[in-house]
Amino acid sequence: MSAPARVHLDGVVALLGTFPALSGFSLTVPTPEVVILRGPNGAGKSTVLNVCSGLVPVQRGTVQILGSNIRVDRRSVRKHLGFLGHRTGLYDDLSVEQNVQLAARASQANIALVGPTLSRVGCDGRLAKLGVAHLSAGQRRRVALASLMVRRVPLWLLDEPHAALDTDGRDLLDEVIREAAVDGTTVLMATHDLDRADRLADRVVTIVGGRVVANDAVAHVS
Amino acid sequence: MMRWPMFRDAAFVFAKDARIELRAKVTLRQVAPFVVSLLVLFGLAFDRLLVKDTAIADVRVDELPLAFVGPGIYWLGVLFSLVLLVQRSVSIETEDGAGTQLRLWGLDPAGVFLGKAGVVVMQLLFIQVLLCVGLIAMFDLQMTEPLLLVSVSVLATVGLAAVGSCYGALSAGLRVRETLLPVLLLPVTVPVLLAAVQAWQRALTGDVDSAWPWARILFVFVVVYVAFGILSYGALMEES
Repeated sequence: MSAPARVHLDGVVALLGTFPALSGFSLTVPTPEVVILRGPNGAGKSTVLNVCSGLVPVQRGTVQILGSNIRVDRRSVRKHLGFLGHRTGLYDDLSVEQNVQLAARASQANIALVGPTLSRVGCDGRLAKLGVAHLSAGQRRRVALASLMVRRVPLWLLDEPHAALDTDGRDLLDEVIREAAVDGTTVLMATHDLDRADRLADRVVTIVGGRVVANDAVAHVS
Repeated sequence: MMRWPMFRDAAFVFAKDARIELRAKVTLRQVAPFVVSLLVLFGLAFDRLLVKDTAIADVRVDELPLAFVGPGIYWLGVLFSLVLLVQRSVSIETEDGAGTQLRLWGLDPAGVFLGKAGVVVMQLLFIQVLLCVGLIAMFDLQMTEPLLLVSVSVLATVGLAAVGSCYGALSAGLRVRETLLPVLLLPVTVPVLLAAVQAWQRALTGDVDSAWPWARILFVFVVVYVAFGILSYGALMEES
């Protein structure tokens, strides 16, 4: 018997208030790969990620994430996915290191990975002991990335992850995504940074008006 | 059935919030001075009613009014502190999407509730030590029947923290939460306030036998509030 698809959405309708953010959205990601969601502002890219994580309820359709039906139970799958959204989800009053330790403990991940992960994102040494409230937006983004990496989950949902990062930070993020994909992580990423996205992607999904209008392997993207 | 993930996640959230509090020291630097100033203001407002062996318009005032007024001052001080502490507990989770991240970690919601309420209990007990010291030092309140007083305090504190945490979660997603939270929260604390004040008044006036029934009423409310929190916190988190 084949393993269930990492992500399977079929005919999904999701409302933000009374606005239909997704109107019959369908997408299946069967294997570990990097899938880029692109489209104009308000197309529904972020809503797709929020639906996959159970943050936005679904009115109609099927949502299976890592084999779990989100419409029946939108909480249990969350232990197995990582989400990096517009906000970093960090606690201002805790240090960089404490925030990443917290993410590791929440997932019962190996706490020994915290140090190497902070080194990987360039937030080790004295910076690790600094309160997150004192960091720049780009540094906060790096710490959020470390919190995502340390959990070692099979599905990453990234919403404009390059935002606020400098060129080095963007290069680092791309490297981390490539490594995660090689390690078997499925990455679903909404972005407007198409140059970088095309270099990373195995597949590019174009969304307009809450529907998929194109779903191409990266070689097919012009 | 024992729900071990609930207790594990409760310990995790308790440790998180306690660590944040230890670093930020909001209870020590903001809530404690607020409570001390509240005591001073109550002292000024009630004036000689709180001072033994004085007379108001030739009517002699002995220590009995203090035994009645003191518990009211004490528990109102606790209630006002509760509002501040719950607002702080909510604001921890609203800064830069931390509350959403907490949901996305997939923790047991009942555990999140117990952990957050546990930290509020700890903070409220600290505030109550201050209030006791203040009432004794400023107004010479005689703390008779300490076992009864402490039992009632612990029970009421657990009840207040439970209901406060639920309403904190309920208001977390609202833009007007700072003003709405007291409006929502204070009415539902009335049963706890009433039972705690009645039990304390009876204890301080030596009427111990009639104080314990109030403690039992308090116990029932606490059980209801904690059970409500355990059962409903998941929905409150998701809908906030």
